[in-house]
Amino acid sequence: MGLTYILRRLLTMIPVFLLVVTLVFFMIRFAPGGPFSAEKKVPAQVLKNLEAKYHMDEPLIQQYFRYLRDLSRFDLGPSFKHSNRTVNEIIAEAFPVSMELGLISLCWALLIGISAGGLAALKPNTFYDYIPMSLSILGICLPTFVVGPVMVLIFGLWLNWLPVAGWNSWQDRLLPSLTLGFAYAAYISRLTRGGFMEIRHQDFIRTARAKGLTETQILLKHSLRGGILPVVSYLGPALAGIITGALVTETIFNIPGLGRFFIESALNRDYTVVMGTSLLYFTLIFVCNFLVDIFYVLLDPRVKYE
Amino acid sequence: MSNSLWSDAWARLLKNKLAVFGAIFLTLEILLCVLTPWIAPYGFETQNLELTLARPSFAHWFGTDNLGRDLFTRILYGGRISMAVGIIASLISVVVGVIYGAISGYLGGKTDTILMRIVDILYALPFIFMVIILMVYFGRNILLLFVALGLTQWLTMARITRGQVISLKQKEFVDAARSVGVKTRYIILKHLIPNTLGPVIVYLTLTIPSVILEEAFLSFLGLGVQAPMASWGTLISSGVEVMEIAPWILLFPALMLSLTLFSLNFLGDGLRDALDPKGARD
Repeated sequence: MGLTYILRRLLTMIPVFLLVVTLVFFMIRFAPGGPFSAEKKVPAQVLKNLEAKYHMDEPLIQQYFRYLRDLSRFDLGPSFKHSNRTVNEIIAEAFPVSMELGLISLCWALLIGISAGGLAALKPNTFYDYIPMSLSILGICLPTFVVGPVMVLIFGLWLNWLPVAGWNSWQDRLLPSLTLGFAYAAYISRLTRGGFMEIRHQDFIRTARAKGLTETQILLKHSLRGGILPVVSYLGPALAGIITGALVTETIFNIPGLGRFFIESALNRDYTVVMGTSLLYFTLIFVCNFLVDIFYVLLDPRVKYE
Repeated sequence: MSNSLWSDAWARLLKNKLAVFGAIFLTLEILLCVLTPWIAPYGFETQNLELTLARPSFAHWFGTDNLGRDLFTRILYGGRISMAVGIIASLISVVVGVIYGAISGYLGGKTDTILMRIVDILYALPFIFMVIILMVYFGRNILLLFVALGLTQWLTMARITRGQVISLKQKEFVDAARSVGVKTRYIILKHLIPNTLGPVIVYLTLTIPSVILEEAFLSFLGLGVQAPMASWGTLISSGVEVMEIAPWILLFPALMLSLTLFSLNFLGDGLRDALDPKGARD
């Protein structure tokens, strides 16, 4: 993999990003109603001042270039509904929370998924294979917004083991991150199992076995790297899914993350916040996909990008 | 395609117990949803404020909600909406994806490269955010929801069709059609697309559950179907609000949604295995 590939990928991201910004920006402006039309009738002068404050009185194209200029300085503008707060401040406050939730969930997904899938591949067609694989069908088919409330019901309300809302202690992290990680753990376990099963019949595994290595040694030293490839290529979609899934998880568990702000501002029609947060989400997903692709090449030298 | 291919596939499908279970469950459910206005025991909006949050009983099989509305009735009506969204949006994705993929695959060359490049770029976009933004700015209109959800799903369909068309277009019958002067448009519509239907149907059965899921996701967040209409997502969301005192209001719609998703996924997997015995699972 050459530097050219990385550079080309980064360069193609720019037009796509611009396209997204433009699309979202003009969608807002051509949509019926404005951010102030929903409020109580305000005096004409107040409305005029408000519009001047948010530069809504300028020609559309000028507003567009203003937004682009501010964006290039990472300034996402003021919030319409949270007065005296900028979108940057809101993101700075809420994003780390979402980030933490996402990372813990990803760790759960990888930890549970790879170990369950590895176990199943080590002892195929036994109890150790059937139980995790049946559970994984559940995990794939059940949506987060069903798993979450049911977990709250069982572990929070009936058994009273874990707190069901908030984001202070480490116990608060458990239920939301497990809820969010569950579906991906399920999928990853299937991919891991599939990857390992395929690699079992390769010549270099037979050689390792002929050398007299134990099955566990073969698994850890020889199959892991190849068997994990399907999981790595799934990481891109998984990360995107975890980011989207966080919207629901944060709502269910009352977590003060970015997802909740996004939904809240979508419902309140707080245009700048919706736009700023969704641009952040887009960027995040682009970057994640990019990193996953690079990581994939590092793991599998057979893959070459032109 | 010969008859024996379809009858072989049918035999293989019948052997798959989970797929058969899925098919039976879905048939019953669709029947119930179609007949809802005649068989529902109560009105969709009929409130009974004397009997709010009632437990499941003979009179109210699934209990009642916080306004005393019969949950069984509401789940039936919600199912109509969820199913309708799933089917209509998936059909939209099929039409767009199949035509796009067929054109790309048949024309080949530069056109193909450009069209597929666009698909690659769109793949990287998180569509669900686009749908949310659409719903925010243009109001939560159910027709818009159909189209928006359909448009999130057409990319894979386009890729599948393109692959099929590329392998089909070298067959003799296409040459024959071209040699007698059939127009490109008719070759694509009459000769190529009908032959791609097998994989398209399989992918359609797998698209419906993901659309139903996306709709429920949006409705759960309050961005999808709006009151007085209710889909399973809305019902689950209102169930969460009262789950401490009346968990059944959450559990029944959640169960229905999950069973439907299970059935559709099993049926889709079963169809894929039945139609493609080589087992090309990606």
